[in-house]
Amino acid sequence: MSNRDLKAYWKENLRYLVILLSIWFVASYVLGIFLAEPLNSVRIGGAKLGFWFAQQGSIYVFVALIFVYVSWMNKLDKKYGVEE
Amino acid sequence: MSVQTWTFIIVGLTFALYIGIAIWARAGSTAEFYVAGGGVPPLANGMATAADWMSAASFISMAGLISFMGYDGGVFLMGWTGGYVLLALLLAPYLRKFGKFTVPDFIGDRYYSNVARTVAVVCAIIVSFTYVAGQMRGVGVVFSRFLEVDINLGVYIGMAIVFFYAVLGGMKGITYTQVAQYCVLIFAYMVPAFFISMAMTGNAIPQLGLLGEVTDGSGLSLLDKLDQLHTDLGFAAYTSGSKSMIDVFCITFALMVGTAGLPHVIVRFFTVPKVKDARISAGYALVFIAILYTTAPAIAAFARTNLITTVSNAEYTSMPEWFKKWESTGLIKYEDKNNDGKIQYVKSAEVNELTIDRDIMVLANPEIANLPNWVIALVAAGGLAAALSTAAGLLLVISTAISRDLIKMQIKPDISEKGELMWARIGAAFAVVVAGYFGIHPPGFVAATVALAFGLAAASFFPAIVLGIFDKRMNREGAISGMIVGITLMFGYMAVYKLGWFVDEVPPASSWWFGISPEGFGTVAMVVNFVVSFVVSRMTAEPPQEVQEIVEDIRIPAGAGEAHAH
Repeated sequence: MSNRDLKAYWKENLRYLVILLSIWFVASYVLGIFLAEPLNSVRIGGAKLGFWFAQQGSIYVFVALIFVYVSWMNKLDKKYGVEE
Repeated sequence: MSVQTWTFIIVGLTFALYIGIAIWARAGSTAEFYVAGGGVPPLANGMATAADWMSAASFISMAGLISFMGYDGGVFLMGWTGGYVLLALLLAPYLRKFGKFTVPDFIGDRYYSNVARTVAVVCAIIVSFTYVAGQMRGVGVVFSRFLEVDINLGVYIGMAIVFFYAVLGGMKGITYTQVAQYCVLIFAYMVPAFFISMAMTGNAIPQLGLLGEVTDGSGLSLLDKLDQLHTDLGFAAYTSGSKSMIDVFCITFALMVGTAGLPHVIVRFFTVPKVKDARISAGYALVFIAILYTTAPAIAAFARTNLITTVSNAEYTSMPEWFKKWESTGLIKYEDKNNDGKIQYVKSAEVNELTIDRDIMVLANPEIANLPNWVIALVAAGGLAAALSTAAGLLLVISTAISRDLIKMQIKPDISEKGELMWARIGAAFAVVVAGYFGIHPPGFVAATVALAFGLAAASFFPAIVLGIFDKRMNREGAISGMIVGITLMFGYMAVYKLGWFVDEVPPASSWWFGISPEGFGTVAMVVNFVVSFVVSRMTAEPPQEVQEIVEDIRIPAGAGEAHAH
């Protein structure tokens, strides 16, 4: 793998990380903590939305994030021919 | 059959299973002892990681904790799951590519320094010992409550079992027993949860039951009813918190980063064949963990509602059997202050007549919900599986820290593989004995030091590893000074504000720095570690060329191969 390819591969990897970790931050800290109070006026089923994000929703988002990451990285590895 | 007979049968069967697996999965080489030969399928690794991670505290205490904390309990739920996103995205694939056996291995090689390696060894041992003491105690507690044996005898039995498969099988034995233990613990957790959810809300899935209406005909949603009960009795509403926002933020963040930095969790990702497998097995692990972690808040809310409606203003003499039974263990206490024969359970300390230990919420749940005896026995087996699986993972970290990071890498590099394997077994045996000692003579600060373990991991390992991968310019000087400053700061803050060392008494919450509790201070110490590492590294020489090449190499997955010893 050439040096330029390595840089390009790493840059795309970092871009994925920024996107996914931003969602990670929003789902837990923004929706579950900072905005929990105002979000509590919205409801999901019988629960207040801010409370739900802190105790349920954020965990579902975390699971989804890892699987999206795995699928993106597998594609990226193929694109650059660095898969095992 | 009685609960006790059932417990003997079910616990006996699970123990026989663990021992059988240990004999089948004996380790023949150091690679098998340290990383199960690097050949664990990702799905199995996911289950083993989940069992490794979910301790007696997750299984026994967490739902009860949330039950009493309400919204604030979310710090544990988010903190102990969100760390897996960091682990999957920032650590696991790169450490797998690096392809050694332990966390100090990485720190020592990446920072070309035995000082750095030793700092990492010391952190790994402190973190693991504080944790493992609690596990052995958990084993003793479950034994004493369900089999009515002495707590200490329970600890000895637990030690014997762990000794058997950790010393004999190393990581290989531990991995496959953890897979079995995950199955036992999740089954034991979910069966009562389905029953209780069905009874409380008419929906058997607890995650949905939490959003549902109560079946008492009031038409209220479960959480609204719980909020109403709380406010009527003078408590804060269940769905709103009482901690400050900055503290909730800091505690959650410290738990997440600490999770990602715990050596017994990280080392599990060394056991899979490929980088790709490391990524996906973090995903599987979180799925398996999330099953329990999304059920716990539902159990918490059900148990809380059930408890309040059963006891509040009810005649003491009309209390069900479980109430009396737990009262005899001292975990429920009733004192009729106004002599009216009824139970007043309220916020106000002068009027309140009932104290309840939060640990009984999960253990007593099947009895409260009138479930059959075998379900109660199953919960005992589940609690033991959770405690034993975590203890084994921690013991392995301690044993490898001794045999590999100290003896092989520093004291006697020319040791034969057979000799190293023997030292690994001696290390494991030594660790079991020390853990047992702490289980029988628990230091008074165990509860405090578990939080310390997360803060320590957050303040030391996490920045050093992340910078080692993502900052090619990071050097020995930066990483070592960052780790030392981070740990010292964290330790100092805990010592003063949690344990009350160096001062006359533990300072009140109003004197916390920035309003941050000791539990959340790991976040601050971690930021300081990052800043110190960065500044010092930029003022000193860049790392040698070959180290920079290692960093480039771990960034691409190709050519990971087996975990190797050179």
